[in-house]
Amino acid sequence: MPIYPVKDNKPTRNAFGEAIAELGQSNPDVVVLCADLKGSLKLEKFSENHPDRYFSIGIAEADMIGTAAGLAIGGKIPFTATFAEFSTGRVYDQIRQSVAYSNTNVKICASHAGLTLGEDGATHQALEDIGLMRALPGMTVIVPCDANETYSATMAIAKFKGPVYLRFGRPNQPNFTEINPDFQIGKANVLNPGKDVTIIATGILVWKALEAAEILQAEGLTVRVINIHTIKPLDVDAIVTAAKETGAIVTAEEHQKNTGLGDAVAHVISTQFPVPLEIVAVNDTFGESGLPDELLTQYGLSTQDLVTAAKKAISRKK
Amino acid sequence: MITHAESGHPGGSLGMADIFTALYFSEMKHDPSKWPSVEGQDLFFLSNGHIAPVWYATLARTGYFPLSELSTLRKIHSRLQGHPATKEGLPGIRVASGSLGQGLSVAIGAAMAYKLDKRPEWIYVAMGDGELNEGQIWEAAMNGPHQKVDNLIAFVDRNRLQIDGSTEVVKKLDPLPDKWKAFGWNVLEINGHHFAEILAAIAKAKTNLGTGIPTVIIANTVMSKGVSFMENIAKWHGTPPTKEMEAKALIELAPTEWKDYDDPAARVYKGRN
Repeated sequence: MPIYPVKDNKPTRNAFGEAIAELGQSNPDVVVLCADLKGSLKLEKFSENHPDRYFSIGIAEADMIGTAAGLAIGGKIPFTATFAEFSTGRVYDQIRQSVAYSNTNVKICASHAGLTLGEDGATHQALEDIGLMRALPGMTVIVPCDANETYSATMAIAKFKGPVYLRFGRPNQPNFTEINPDFQIGKANVLNPGKDVTIIATGILVWKALEAAEILQAEGLTVRVINIHTIKPLDVDAIVTAAKETGAIVTAEEHQKNTGLGDAVAHVISTQFPVPLEIVAVNDTFGESGLPDELLTQYGLSTQDLVTAAKKAISRKK
Repeated sequence: MITHAESGHPGGSLGMADIFTALYFSEMKHDPSKWPSVEGQDLFFLSNGHIAPVWYATLARTGYFPLSELSTLRKIHSRLQGHPATKEGLPGIRVASGSLGQGLSVAIGAAMAYKLDKRPEWIYVAMGDGELNEGQIWEAAMNGPHQKVDNLIAFVDRNRLQIDGSTEVVKKLDPLPDKWKAFGWNVLEINGHHFAEILAAIAKAKTNLGTGIPTVIIANTVMSKGVSFMENIAKWHGTPPTKEMEAKALIELAPTEWKDYDDPAARVYKGRN
């Protein structure tokens, strides 16, 4: 019996495009800037319906971030759209100076994050972006777990005032949450109750965490699954409560171990309530070409890797 | 200011003083009492943030904050950061700058927002010439005419010096007007210390409204203008004068005609159309 029935399979980027199209209708201040990836980011509908508010910036990401900052100063709510690698690493200083330090109301929307971008390989597989963005004071970092949550988060950040990094992806993946008009930035969701261990996951690893929980439950263990869709500000209470009540934690993310969700959770529990922690993430290496699931397995991010990590965390309990 | 701070960038600040004066005291429509609203305001962006001292002095003299605050430049707890910033809430500053090459993009974005809202006010931006080494400037240079921001007037402080020396030695910029023309800009070249030329160039730029073509004014300036022993010497990009030098410089520089007035009604600048 699955914990969460799958509604359909859908790429998170499709839901982003749908939300942007809806925002085009409902919020006249929303403008979109895109660096020559309109199709990949699913912006066709917005650009057709609102050509005056859709800006083709060309392959000029640095200029796109600065231009977005200026649009925000002029009272608009700019959404920038390109791949995660070009949304962050390529334009880190532009974001640091013109967006984060200047506190401009820019929404940096990043698709094709992580290994599951697939065949394009490591040049395009952003695995350091969460770390880069969470290092910036004042930056909100959101990584939705599925298409519906991507829709909900996109709608929510339009209402939120301040810089946001929104990370989503390319592949088809299970869509299992409900669209939530009251999406709360910074508030983790407990998707499954449990007492033996907690898996704290973000992005597409949330589904893997649910799969792992089912396997472990069949073996008689109960597993709490927390969806951390907001990595900054982090829901510290949910993490500390999980540490206290389950005594062991596994984190899961499609990102480098260094600077990612695992690091953030380690900081919280080591300073507030130390318990055994296992971090499932890419281990200080670049990715490579391949199919999404092949890559997740190759780099230690499969459901089975989560099961193994959970058992290890439980075994380390004193 | 810079002597008191014992660090900072006097050369570019002195070199752009005439243009800042023309903009804030004559050309720009702005009302410090309305800060931070953009409603009815011309906006100015400083891309080469290191010449913040001349901007701060201009903002103080036009009523954005007390003149006495100028003495806090670069000191701890000051709103007058070494490079312009918004975090401390200094009125007049809308975006941080200092990491070079970003201001033109920001200004174009603001001009796009003004276009969308059909605001009749103008967007101004100043850049250094050394700063034009940055690739982002040329991304923005491509974007300005593409977005048809004919409500934008950009200045290039063409003093021909950057930290390591001549702009033509560090990384050749000439023929600079041709480069901007090739990117689709209306290009004007002026003596940046000649008020009549500055004002005429702005007036000419404003006739471009409706063409979709933004204007760049390449202002030929002298680094450290007005101080004989500092003029045209790259060292004064980022070196503070000693107290003795400051005293000598202040004798050479003309005293301001602007009193440290307190009448708020005098602080509404209607600009010129």
